[in-house]
Amino acid sequence: MGKKRTIIQALSAILCNANIKGFFTGQIYTGATKSVCVPGLNCYSCPGAVGACPIGSLQTFLTGLKFKVPYYVVGLLIFFGAVLGRAVCGFLCPFGFLQDILFKIPFFKKNRFKGDRILRYLKYVILALFVIILPFTFKLTPFFCKYICPSGTIAGLLLSAADPRVRPMLGNLFEQKLVILGIILSASLIVWRPFCKYLCPLGAIYGFFNKAALYRMDLSKDKCISCGKCAGVCNMNIDPSRTPNSMECIRCGECVKACPAGALVCGFIRQDASQKKSEEVV
Amino acid sequence: MRKNIPALILIAAGIAAVAAGICLDQHTDVLAKAIRICMECVGIG
Ligand code: SF4
Ligand code: SF4
Repeated sequence: MGKKRTIIQALSAILCNANIKGFFTGQIYTGATKSVCVPGLNCYSCPGAVGACPIGSLQTFLTGLKFKVPYYVVGLLIFFGAVLGRAVCGFLCPFGFLQDILFKIPFFKKNRFKGDRILRYLKYVILALFVIILPFTFKLTPFFCKYICPSGTIAGLLLSAADPRVRPMLGNLFEQKLVILGIILSASLIVWRPFCKYLCPLGAIYGFFNKAALYRMDLSKDKCISCGKCAGVCNMNIDPSRTPNSMECIRCGECVKACPAGALVCGFIRQDASQKKSEEVV
Repeated sequence: MRKNIPALILIAAGIAAVAAGICLDQHTDVLAKAIRICMECVGIG
């Protein structure tokens, strides 16, 4: 799964940012594909982006002076969530991929620490406050994009690198966002996917779908020998032998690989797939 | 064998919502936002 997942992640990152010309000219893509949201977090102002960011698009509707129920964006989020759940995070999201790469760099690692559990709730606060309540209340300001989103900051960096006219426009706000980006990227060297675990509102949304999604994980209780190997390898610090469809699971598949008893299955499986497998064995 | 009924219902609901959004021209709202540089996103303000 590891290598295959990396290849899919790389292809997805390239596909979402296929406007290569933009990286040199600083001109963002303006084609029709930009009316469709990509499943992962990828700023639509990135010079390479050929699709729209779902979190940015959601805020566009909520910040509008004339309120419109965002059927289109919410529908896409429900669709992606129901098919893939957080497999979007594990396979398709460019910002998740970037954090995976950074964690591979040899450095001091501390992926389990006190406070990890409680910090996980922060992403729900960010979703409620910065993506929904504040933009809806104060209008015209996409609070998450403006004050937090590291993908937007990367877009700003890339734009200013390609187009010198952008540089003088970057002031205090950009500096603040740069500090946030710096903290997230440095933390990614030490902790696996800190942005996904603690801050990402999109991951928070997809987490709600993990229990119902077509892409899911099942555990054969009668095969499981309770060795704890799956929990030991999980970088999201989940115990899949207890909660195979945890809201935190990004479907990286490491636990499935580590299980010596073949008790875990992950993929587009029927709800009772593992049960059936174990019945066949008996 | 049980099919994953909740997922299928959600997929149908998602497709219906997307269709409703397209009828209301919401995809063009997304396009209009996505083809201009978002000043807030990139940190200009
Ligand atoms: S949690 Fe957010 S940033 Fe992380 S992979 Fe999922 S969508 Fe991307
Ligand atoms: S439970 Fe398994 S698939 Fe999910 S994040 Fe942990 S190791 Fe990856």
